[in-house]
Amino acid sequence: MRERFYATMADLLQTDATTALVLADIGPLDLVAGTPAARRVVNVGIREQAMVGVASGLAMAGLRPFVHTYAPFLVERAYEQVKLDLTHQDVGAVLVSIGASFDAASEGRTHQSPADVALLSALPGWRLHTPGHPDEVEALVRAAARTQDRQYIRLSTQVNPDPVPADGSIRVLRPGGSTLLLAIGPTVAAAREATADLDVTLACTVTPFPLDGRALRRLADQHDRVVVLEPYLEGTTAPEVAAALRGRATAVEYVGVGRDEQRRYGTPADHARLHGLDAAGIRARLLREAPVTPGPARRASRSRSR
Amino acid sequence: MPASTDSPPLTQGLPAALLRNLARVTGDEKHDAAAHSTLDTLWVLYEHVLRLDPWESRDRFVLSKGHGPASYYAVLATRGLVPESWLDDLAGFGSRLGHHPDRTLLPPVEVSSGSLGHGLPIAVGLAKGLDLVGLPSRVHVLVGDAELDEGSNHEAIALAGRWSLGRLSCIVIDNRSATLGWPGGIAARFALEGWATTDVVASDHDALRRALSTSGDAPHLTVVRTAPKGS
Repeated sequence: MRERFYATMADLLQTDATTALVLADIGPLDLVAGTPAARRVVNVGIREQAMVGVASGLAMAGLRPFVHTYAPFLVERAYEQVKLDLTHQDVGAVLVSIGASFDAASEGRTHQSPADVALLSALPGWRLHTPGHPDEVEALVRAAARTQDRQYIRLSTQVNPDPVPADGSIRVLRPGGSTLLLAIGPTVAAAREATADLDVTLACTVTPFPLDGRALRRLADQHDRVVVLEPYLEGTTAPEVAAALRGRATAVEYVGVGRDEQRRYGTPADHARLHGLDAAGIRARLLREAPVTPGPARRASRSRSR
Repeated sequence: MPASTDSPPLTQGLPAALLRNLARVTGDEKHDAAAHSTLDTLWVLYEHVLRLDPWESRDRFVLSKGHGPASYYAVLATRGLVPESWLDDLAGFGSRLGHHPDRTLLPPVEVSSGSLGHGLPIAVGLAKGLDLVGLPSRVHVLVGDAELDEGSNHEAIALAGRWSLGRLSCIVIDNRSATLGWPGGIAARFALEGWATTDVVASDHDALRRALSTSGDAPHLTVVRTAPKGS
């Protein structure tokens, strides 16, 4: 994904004079070197607060800034700058991170920010994308270059074998029984493996914020259990799902990155297993007895107990 | 803002209309220099320095020190950039004028401010961006001496120097309000990073105008000494 992002940026920088790339000593510092477009690759050194402030100023001057570094430095270290310099000023920018959740497992907690999507989802006017394939990255980056809004594109080293349309929609990959498994971004590969021989509907989206609520509502009407696979902090997507399913008696479960610090190094695969986000973990969750669906009988028993 | 009785009166050389508008914002006829540390600078900027026509290639002014914006609003109204009638409602529910300015509510405001340490990094990006798009505009940003405590400013000071942002002008209003002080002076910290620097006193409007109009290959700092806070 990272390589595709850089190649797409190189093309955009050279074909669109309003595109700028803001870096903080991490990433393709020499992208388009030797071309006139190199002026619009702006490296601020190791200064993430200034990185976002500078991006705000570039946007005010009429440029379309893409801002790129490790997720914790981009979203958490500079969160007030994201809130005020971009959101409160109401200027546009595209934040593109690497180091999704536990991609940097061996680096430890300092290089991990599974809460990035939750934090950005607390700010108004952001579209948050968690692509699972390089083709999706290219489509998202090219589309973002043509708008003036605020978007977050979360690159990951966990890649699905096949791309899906990165158009904000929820797509059904395989229709099935009474359980709907909604796999977000890079969780699709493990979801496919986990459900190969299960009678489960598998759907996916690249864009959890805003979620394609209309499609989720329609699908929920055909299922009585929804399991959401989140490549970020578990429960992050809950407000979007709740808003989409309001008024429906559907059991919803979330499988995502846990809140506790694991204090383990190792590989992303180790951490996927730890959080139940690998195929075996997903399968075990799906086969676990579904919680009782809220319905008239349960409500009646509750009222008796009062 | 209450006027303390022993502080010096507002500087001479400010038009009656401006002081009248200031009174409209504050609801107080008595003004003292300490409570309006930015007034001289803002007036000289808007009266003599900023080129606002044509608007598309205007000079940009970023008020980073967004608290106590009464002087700013009074200057904008006196220069005809905001209707004077708006001055009568400061921070009411329907007011466009808050205790911190909001660029989406008040169009002549380039940058919404309030939280300290945001204006200078944005101004650095703005100056860099105007370089890249090829507009002639200068960028002025006003910060307070205490605001310089925020580390984000020091990221921006270094960047502006290293990028030789000659179109950038930073104004530090020095009313000696930084709790731990700046031993060796404020200007020395900018000069070390490659800025050209000038020290002026707020009451010397000619010197202010000259300092704020200075531009070269390096970014320019003007330290404006005003009555100490609380004097």
